[in-house]
Amino acid sequence: MADDIILEARNLVREYRTKEGIFGKEHVNRALKGISFSLERGKTLAVVGESGCGKSTLARILTLIDPATSGELLIEGNPIDISKEKLSKDMRSKVQIVFQNPYGSLNPRQRVGDVLTEPLMINTTMSPAERRDKAMEMLVKVGLGPEHFNRYPHMFSGGQRQRIAIGRALVLNPSLLILDEPVSALDLSVQAQILNLLADLQDEFNLTYLFISHDLSVVRYIADKVMVMYFGEVVEYGTRDEVFGNPQHEYTQTLFNATPQADIAHIKARLAASN
Amino acid sequence: MALLEIENLTVEFDTVDGRFRALDGVSYSVDPGEVLAVVGESGSGKSVAMLAVMGLLANNGHLWADKLEFEGYDLLTMSAKKRREIIGKDISMIFQEPIASLNPCFTVGAQIDETLKEHTKMSRGERKTRAIELLDSVGMPESAKALKKYPHQMSGGQCQRVMIAMAIACKPKLLIADEPTTALDVTIQKQILDLLLDLQHESGMGLIMITHDMAVVAETADRVVVQYKGKKMEEADVLSLFESPKNPYTKALLSALPENATGDRLPTVSDFHLGDEGAA
Amino acid sequence: MADVTQNSGPDTRFELIVNFWRHFRTNKGAVAGLIFFLTLVVIALGAAFIAPHSPIEQYRDALLLPPAWQEGGSWSYVLGTDAVGRDLLSRLIYGSQFSLFIGVVVVSVALVVGVCLGLVAGTFGGWVDTIIMRVMDIILAFPSLLLALVLVAILGPSLLNAMIAIAIVQQPYYVRLTRASVMSEMSREYVMAARVSGVGTLRLMFVTVLPNCMAPLIVQAALSFSTAILDAAALGFLGMGAQPPQPEWGTMLAESREFILRAPWVVTFPGVAILSTVLAINLIGDGLRDALDPKLKRS
Repeated sequence: MADDIILEARNLVREYRTKEGIFGKEHVNRALKGISFSLERGKTLAVVGESGCGKSTLARILTLIDPATSGELLIEGNPIDISKEKLSKDMRSKVQIVFQNPYGSLNPRQRVGDVLTEPLMINTTMSPAERRDKAMEMLVKVGLGPEHFNRYPHMFSGGQRQRIAIGRALVLNPSLLILDEPVSALDLSVQAQILNLLADLQDEFNLTYLFISHDLSVVRYIADKVMVMYFGEVVEYGTRDEVFGNPQHEYTQTLFNATPQADIAHIKARLAASN
Repeated sequence: MALLEIENLTVEFDTVDGRFRALDGVSYSVDPGEVLAVVGESGSGKSVAMLAVMGLLANNGHLWADKLEFEGYDLLTMSAKKRREIIGKDISMIFQEPIASLNPCFTVGAQIDETLKEHTKMSRGERKTRAIELLDSVGMPESAKALKKYPHQMSGGQCQRVMIAMAIACKPKLLIADEPTTALDVTIQKQILDLLLDLQHESGMGLIMITHDMAVVAETADRVVVQYKGKKMEEADVLSLFESPKNPYTKALLSALPENATGDRLPTVSDFHLGDEGAA
Repeated sequence: MADVTQNSGPDTRFELIVNFWRHFRTNKGAVAGLIFFLTLVVIALGAAFIAPHSPIEQYRDALLLPPAWQEGGSWSYVLGTDAVGRDLLSRLIYGSQFSLFIGVVVVSVALVVGVCLGLVAGTFGGWVDTIIMRVMDIILAFPSLLLALVLVAILGPSLLNAMIAIAIVQQPYYVRLTRASVMSEMSREYVMAARVSGVGTLRLMFVTVLPNCMAPLIVQAALSFSTAILDAAALGFLGMGAQPPQPEWGTMLAESREFILRAPWVVTFPGVAILSTVLAINLIGDGLRDALDPKLKRS
């Protein structure tokens, strides 16, 4: 297929309605104000923005947890509206998510093996033995070992937990993975390992990533396309080189200027300026 | 004379699983007017030394040091009363979670006022003027109104500004900032870092930046101490650390920065044979 | 220091229990309470073999006999006898069966029903939540013993009805506790992750969320076990619980209160039995709270 579009969003809007008391006036809070983008198979789209820009709301809509208030969402060309029809197991498997905080995203009372086999138990007709094999295979794929199968999450470090979370997301063979700040809570050295792992897995399974992040240095490293969000709107959308090379919107420029830089030329300039 | 001198400081904590050594023979010092960055990943013990200096170690903590001196005063043998006089006045500290660091039950004004009351002999009116002055100096918009606000009515960045205002209220000689911008957005982080550096520049105080973020180090520090698993790995001025790191761990950290990536893969710390991910 | 890794952590459920025991053991009071409680369980189970006499047989020639070590006492009735000549020690031993039985039944009923209601309220929210919680508020608005009395008065005085009444009175605490922990757990990311992998609502409630809410419930169960025994004794004392000649501790107190000056031992021993059992269970509850509280675990 020439235009192998995995995910397409057309004018997505999400509103939250809150009331003050029983008789109070209703407030409408627009978290997303008409988001449109499309994403090709095997590519990575980075969504950049600061807290309150609507990126988490977008993640909830794309993972089919919350419905959009209006707008269209197409996954592999099929329109999906979870407020109207129940999601098929097949569709459920297509989109999976990895969260920011590896300490909160794993059930503390669930063994690693159960974390990985539960999605299979619910969404497939595999036998317990097949599920176990598949989970073991996935455990090895994300860089852990079969000996970890029966352990509980609290015995693992942050990086290892994030590997388990990635394994859980991939065990259903999704085509699209939403990565919600997957490395922000990790130490620098572990961050590098997880980014490498994500890159390897993307090659191996031809995965499509939607990478939500506030860290521009990570985005620059991993993204094909970049979308900058500000208060529920897309203010910049283009290829990585376009956005980083020639940012159009004022907010994008502010964001770039605010990002601390670790290159030597920059340090020299700073030291020279202060003397 | 150095402002703060730490020599061969070791800190251990009692846990159910036995003694845990959080800091192992670490030495460094800060001069007046200097920005020292202490950088390390989680578990490196980067905050522990500062907690020891502030006398904030929990009851299960034990410390030994050859020297722990502030302006020539020995912090190890100092009486609790004398220590209280110094801490909060000459040494002050700001923390990672600005909203959690402020008492939710009192207004910002009351909390600044309390700091001033504790350490100065100002009258009530003078304290109020000074509080407004302080909020102005940390760039708080509508400072007079802000005095009457509660912490939950402000954003994270504003709370951190209030924390900084309280920290500099008594013109400290040393300010310790423990991950001051980690919980904040990038654009706010920039503002807070600029503010800290401006204040440091104007007052000539010593500033210790504890952080895990190499880019923040590059943007702020004069001199850098790198820690790993409770040990000091390297100490150097900022330019030579980034230009020619000596220690393998420092090299590993720097090459793991995505902006330094060459080729498809990021080198990881384990590529430098320093141990496994369990160190995380 | 919260994220120091434990790669050498426990591996199996057995080791988790060992780990729990290590924390529990540090609380000396709780261990003492546990030993007392276990002894009581053994006594209750083996009452038929341990008790020297039948609890209801009346020895007409030995009315209000003092304990053996007092003047006029006899070693065949170690703790003395009551007004109709029943052996006190045997009655206390059989009475422990009632107390433990009441505790177990009341706690199980209140726990199961309370957890289910709390889960429903916490999961669905909205008007379901409002109805359940307002009903619980109404129950809480009555003084608990008074409400239990009213319920027993309606149902008729018997041990079973007393247990039902006490379970209803204790219900709201479990519902509130469950609802609060369910609501805080529901907002955590692992719950959302479970939903993304297609976990349905029922499974989400009982398999994903409930096990993570158990720690406060276990503590509450231990503490309300003692409250149940106390309430049952109070109802027994007021004649609304176990009926004579059942050797229930509260009922025993009620029967003998007229002899409080003449034969103080008849009142003292059931009272001491209630006191020490309740105290032991409360100590266990405190120990459980310390051992299960993850915040304290790190220290």
